[in-house]
Amino acid sequence: MTDQQVPSDLPEPVVRKPRINASFVWLIPVLAALVGLSLVINAWMQAGPTITISFQSAEGLDPGKTPVKYKNVVIGRVTAVTLAKDRSHVTAKVSLEKSAEGFATADTRFWVVRPRIGLGGVSGIDTLLSGAFIGADVGESKESRDEFTGLEEPPAVTHGAPGKTFKLHTDDLGSLDIGSPVYYRRIQVGRVVTYQLDKDGKGVSLQIFVDGPNDEFVSKSTRFWNASGVDVSIGADGVKLNTQSLATVLAGGVAFGAPLGPHDETPAEQGAEFRLFGEQATAMAPPDGEPRYIRMRFDQSLRGLKVDAPVEFLGVPFGRVVSINLDFDEKTQTFPVIVGAVVYPQRLGRAHDKLVALAKARGDDAQLSQMMGRLIEHGLRAQARSGNLLTGQLYIALDFVPKAPKVPYDPMVKPLEIPTVPGSFDKLQEQLAEIVDKIQKIPFDSIGQNANATLAELNRTLKKVNDDVLPEFKTTLQGAQQTLGNANNALSADSPLQQNLGGTVQEMQRTVRSLRVLTDYLGAHPDALLRGRRADAPPERNAPPAPTSTQEGSKP
Amino acid sequence: MSLDLPRADELGLIGCHVCGLVCRDTGAEGAHCPRCHSALHRRKQASYSRTLALLLAAFMLYIPANVLPIMRTASVGDIDDNTILSGVIELWVKGSPDLAVIVFTASIVVPMLKFLALGLLLWSSRHATPWARRQRAKLYRLVELIGYWSMLDVFVVALLTALVRFGVLSLVEPLPGVVFFGLTVILTMFASMSFDPRLIWDGRESDD
Repeated sequence: MTDQQVPSDLPEPVVRKPRINASFVWLIPVLAALVGLSLVINAWMQAGPTITISFQSAEGLDPGKTPVKYKNVVIGRVTAVTLAKDRSHVTAKVSLEKSAEGFATADTRFWVVRPRIGLGGVSGIDTLLSGAFIGADVGESKESRDEFTGLEEPPAVTHGAPGKTFKLHTDDLGSLDIGSPVYYRRIQVGRVVTYQLDKDGKGVSLQIFVDGPNDEFVSKSTRFWNASGVDVSIGADGVKLNTQSLATVLAGGVAFGAPLGPHDETPAEQGAEFRLFGEQATAMAPPDGEPRYIRMRFDQSLRGLKVDAPVEFLGVPFGRVVSINLDFDEKTQTFPVIVGAVVYPQRLGRAHDKLVALAKARGDDAQLSQMMGRLIEHGLRAQARSGNLLTGQLYIALDFVPKAPKVPYDPMVKPLEIPTVPGSFDKLQEQLAEIVDKIQKIPFDSIGQNANATLAELNRTLKKVNDDVLPEFKTTLQGAQQTLGNANNALSADSPLQQNLGGTVQEMQRTVRSLRVLTDYLGAHPDALLRGRRADAPPERNAPPAPTSTQEGSKP
Repeated sequence: MSLDLPRADELGLIGCHVCGLVCRDTGAEGAHCPRCHSALHRRKQASYSRTLALLLAAFMLYIPANVLPIMRTASVGDIDDNTILSGVIELWVKGSPDLAVIVFTASIVVPMLKFLALGLLLWSSRHATPWARRQRAKLYRLVELIGYWSMLDVFVVALLTALVRFGVLSLVEPLPGVVFFGLTVILTMFASMSFDPRLIWDGRESDD
């Protein structure tokens, strides 16, 4: 079947040696397998421990994307985010890289870095665009762990940062917060790391971290004070305003400084404890020493006295008022005010030292009550004085009153009670009160009633005047007007009266003239009075009319 | 219909693939066409083992191609690494189901189809079974045809990488997965090339 159809003149193929062995093709799958294997090995090698971190919320956490970073280097990635069974928190599963194995230890801290805009500043702005990431801070522990609780706030101090941690005690936190700055000479040198209430609830403990190398400025005698915000205090001293920097106005802060005068300059040790004072002035003041409680009983009103009002001893700040209570005295049926105050005898400085020395020399114990007893014998009295007339704030002054009445004093009474005298302002008040009393005695009521009746009478009278007198008056006025018109008519130039008057005046003129002639004649001839007029009188020019006028004039 | 025609092999003949010259089969190793000097072989040389080796290599590389991300899209602040499958899912979820179907077909269905088809062809020709020879031949032609189209994903990545370069605003980067995927596609193409469809018809008793 084969050889019948195939032509025999077919060409023969040329034979060459094959270049490549066909079985080399198996190199390709081997190579592929190697590549695949290397990938697997690589992935296995790079796979670090898987840890779980619990957070309050999964805000910003994106499974498969959110990286875990340490010093901005990615050390792992969130692979899954699940809700806890009781829905109280979320659990993020994080696979760390092989190189980050050391992060799965007991004291590693994790927190979510998100954009945070707070009073203290803005942080994590870059995560606005790139999305949140988990920050990590590793400690020194070697104990491995795979379950962590994430911090809600970034820690203020990363592990291994140069610097020291110090502990501060204070009465209240003020406006401080985690991350609040710590200032030294108004330069930020650290921040508040944590704070918590003391176990007995009577104060707050703060931890601050001061960065190196500035931590060496914290010496054993360094004073810390709260530089938070604007301190506006309206006290008996007037209005005070104090700030550290604009940032502390908003976010609060702690400042520290060395006290004035000679002091211990040895740098404080890590974890040293200090007291955090409310303000710079009190922080810088010499130490107050042991506080003592004293009590005073005032018989007058103490309006304007407030808790924290200063207590001064001869003008030296000595303590402050801590309580103001009302008491009731059955005997006198009055309400005395009981003022409690805390005083710091050491604030008196050398006076205190000397008093203590004296007391010791006398053999008394150096208790405040003993010392006070002697001072009270010499007239020491407490007085509520007005510190500020504008605001009416009162303060307590311990002063020597020259003619103070003797008071019984028992040094054994606890707490120590200081006798009081009414303040100068109170005296003034009493005098004012007397004046007011006198004024009160004036029978304003009856005076008022009388005045009222009088006024009513007057009212009636005026009404009468209005009703009766005024119309009459009107008619009278009209009559007067008429009369005046008549008079006017009578006096007008063409009235008969006027003409008569003119005639009369002329007549009078004539009469006067003839009278003058007569007197002239009589002057020249005085004898004419006796002898009568001479018949042969020399002719005179004016003579003829003169006698007639004389005669006529003398006739009427 | 029974077509019991003799094979060239049975007649001691060998045809050149390039110039079509028919020569006498001397059975010597490394025979070349006397006219065009291209290699002559009765069947493609070591077709079965080559195809199998290439197919196995392709399959091995197909695993990292799917597991590793192939493309990184970085828009403002958001970096997104996508594997083939996650890209398909993302397309589907974000409202382009048509594109998702295309990418899924080109990147998942076609390679898998090739693996299955070639595997089937290899297995069946190894056992020289007379089962569905024509259909198998059709299948081979189909595999050859769709081979060109499975590079779609690689092209997409290459194009996007070149086009989307807006610095911080938007950036597309190829990731190692795409290399493996490209290698897979190339290897499957070689595998289908090295498979000799004549093997389908070998060892038959009848040409059904």
